[in-house]
Amino acid sequence: MELFANQVLAGIATGAIYACMALAVVMIYQAIDHLNFAQGEMAMFSTFVSWQLMQWGVPYWGAFVLTVAFSFAAGIVIERLLFKPLAKAPILTNVAGFIALYAIINSVAGLIWDFTIKQYPTPFGSSPFLGSQLISTHQAGMIGITLLMLLLLFFFFRFTRVGLAMRAAASLPESARLVGINTSWMIALGWGMASAIGSIAGMMIAPVVFLEPNMMLGVLIYGFAAAVLGGLTSPFGAVMGGFLVGIFENLVGTYIPGVGNELKLPIALALIIVVLVVKPAGLFGRAIVKRV
Amino acid sequence: MVRLGIAHVPQGRGTFTNMTVEENLQLGAISRSDTKAIGSDIERMYEHFPVLKQRYTQQAGTLSGGEQQMLAVARALMLRPRLMLLDEPSFGLAPLIVRDLFRILGKINREEKVTILVVEQNAQLALELADQAYVIETGRIVMSGNAKDIANNEDVRKSYLGY
Repeated sequence: MELFANQVLAGIATGAIYACMALAVVMIYQAIDHLNFAQGEMAMFSTFVSWQLMQWGVPYWGAFVLTVAFSFAAGIVIERLLFKPLAKAPILTNVAGFIALYAIINSVAGLIWDFTIKQYPTPFGSSPFLGSQLISTHQAGMIGITLLMLLLLFFFFRFTRVGLAMRAAASLPESARLVGINTSWMIALGWGMASAIGSIAGMMIAPVVFLEPNMMLGVLIYGFAAAVLGGLTSPFGAVMGGFLVGIFENLVGTYIPGVGNELKLPIALALIIVVLVVKPAGLFGRAIVKRV
Repeated sequence: MVRLGIAHVPQGRGTFTNMTVEENLQLGAISRSDTKAIGSDIERMYEHFPVLKQRYTQQAGTLSGGEQQMLAVARALMLRPRLMLLDEPSFGLAPLIVRDLFRILGKINREEKVTILVVEQNAQLALELADQAYVIETGRIVMSGNAKDIANNEDVRKSYLGY
């Protein structure tokens, strides 16, 4: 029983990170109808930036805030330079763009910081949380930061005018333009926010997976699995999907013999396929119905 | 177009169906900078269209066609436009609802001091509402003038009003 509770809680902690990645993916998907394959690499690069800042002597939370701001700006720049010109291009052109972005960021990070594995600090420590052996303070911190961020996002989208405008631009661009919303900048803003969310996920998971240019590959696949499971049209679903995938991953790894760490990733991919075949809209998504 | 003070109600209404009625109205005023006056404007829209007030937390997609058309007009007015363009407001609505809608449009025209340009196939109703009328045939204006004169014109009566 202790093992079970332990695995569920650890699953929720890593699930929080998957939830962040899934949310970032869904935000961009809602804005431009494409999956951002480079989301993980963007987050990885941001994490390296924060690491570099700390190497230069910036304290953890200072580096954290600077990195989130940097990632926000970088997300907007990427959208303006690369994906705004591709907005009307066919799907494959966009996919090629994402893969190029993936490769470029990955190589540039390797060039600057090389491919050796680096330690990454945690501000929460790794002692047992509240004296309990079930969960460490870092895992609790991961969950806490994620929940705080989700709460802020919820208030932003529900109660601010910019949030309302962003939702309108994502759901019905033509009408949004008719009421005077600059939909193009709303998309850029969505990229900035997705990039910032990803950077938080990167900085939170880095102490667990260690810092190196390929650290986010697995995380992003779990993030995709979470987004598909929750439904690509539903930010709430993406978050729930993240937690579910985190728990699922840990329980399968623990209780099904022979799965272990090596087979965890194929299970995430299998999950994507099963969801797409059985319930393509995901658990919380709306099926896309077109009126004719 | 929005910056010039022109609001457009497209055919098919362009309602944000997965948002609430109130959010739709908020969106109509999204480009305005006088944020303080928006609340009272929303209240005024509810006075023009009481049915929207009853449903203000409802998803706009669950409204009936007539209610959605009213919402579309209210949303356009939230811009405080100088000119409002309405494309086929009667499209797909029951005759009674259309009559009601046109009555409210007349009231809005007088009370809100906004010029309304309506493109409408229901000639009789449109001519009752309008001050100025233009008859367009295959893209060309063939007649223009006072709405009453046009309603009394022999040719117009034969071809469009049916008597």
